[in-house]
Amino acid sequence: MLEMLSLGIKSVFVENILLAYFLGMCSFLAVSKKVTTAIGLGFAVVFVMAITTPVNWLAHEYLLKAGALSWLGSQFSEVDLSYLNYIAFIAVIAAMVQIAEMAIEKISMKLYTALGIFLPLITVNCAILGVSLFMIERKYTLGQSTVFGVSSGIGWMLAIIAMAAIREKLKYSNVPKPLRGLGITMLLTGLIAMAFMTFSGINI
Amino acid sequence: MSNKKTFFEPIIHNNPVTIQILGICSALAVTTQLKPSLVMGIAVTVIIAMSSLIVSLIRSFIPKKIRIIVEMTIIATMVILVDQILRAYMFDVSKQLSVFVGLIITNCIVLGRLEGFALINKPIPSILDGIGNGIGYSLILVVVGAGREILGAGTLMGYSVIPQSLYNAGYENNGLMVLAPGAFILLGLIVWLQRAVTGHYEEE
Repeated sequence: MLEMLSLGIKSVFVENILLAYFLGMCSFLAVSKKVTTAIGLGFAVVFVMAITTPVNWLAHEYLLKAGALSWLGSQFSEVDLSYLNYIAFIAVIAAMVQIAEMAIEKISMKLYTALGIFLPLITVNCAILGVSLFMIERKYTLGQSTVFGVSSGIGWMLAIIAMAAIREKLKYSNVPKPLRGLGITMLLTGLIAMAFMTFSGINI
Repeated sequence: MSNKKTFFEPIIHNNPVTIQILGICSALAVTTQLKPSLVMGIAVTVIIAMSSLIVSLIRSFIPKKIRIIVEMTIIATMVILVDQILRAYMFDVSKQLSVFVGLIITNCIVLGRLEGFALINKPIPSILDGIGNGIGYSLILVVVGAGREILGAGTLMGYSVIPQSLYNAGYENNGLMVLAPGAFILLGLIVWLQRAVTGHYEEE
């Protein structure tokens, strides 16, 4: 249990998926102009990550990795489909985003209209695919993968909300013209990343 | 637009990373050293060019509604090919790039060029546009990679470039450059410089 908690805290603060691994930068830069949309997108990402990571783990464990098909019979125990990982994962993510979209539309119309276009765009958020690939590379178990997925999503949400809040205030300051937009956002992200580095001494 | 313009424009004036704000994630993650940056740049150029060519050839047969899935499948196939080639011939670099080769699938440059150019243009301009954007992306990668390696480790392609006399005089490598914040800040400064030179401004 304590080990899970430690993994969770580590992936939210110390190894933040955005600030330490640079994943999900595109939507982070595009959608961090207003706090309300940032919160909406943040929750959607947490939701999709929490579902896709365990599903991708199951797909890798029982269908794709070397010898994974041995439950079909001994003649399949030599089959190694791990080169299909990328296509399978992206298909799972696209399907899950579609299902999440339909479910949210049925359950809460309010949330659905609030998320709007950002929901389908989560498919191409590299943080989601990145979490699935990291989980394979680090050989996590099913439980660890789920915790890793959820807490990476929370870390990403934390970073985008912080950035949106700063950019709302930034409107009132006089930034040099060529630095406006992408330039100043990158410098600010650098400073936030530096602040998050202070967590790296924490051990649980 | 002439073929020449299609090819040269994305290299400086419409650079995919600094002007179109696409593909930032991998531009930061792999650039701690020059060598992986170069390999990543070449890999992305090949993938954009090949998938642009294929999408452009079959563009009149792709139904509008499912075009994203078709494009993702083509990109994923190209990425798997490149990944297998890297594993076979450059295993150490492939280990260093780790999950970021797979993440080219969700690199917005590739999908952005397919959606924005290859889907509505003939094969020859499409492949030129793909190569041009790939070179523009590689250029930023190489500059950031070289900057981070020189400032962070004092080496270039593994050879030491900072003279020993500087170290004797009290110069030290800046460890921050190898870590995440250094990448954000360096890219922010490059964007600032590039926009000041080309005169492209973004209004907030």
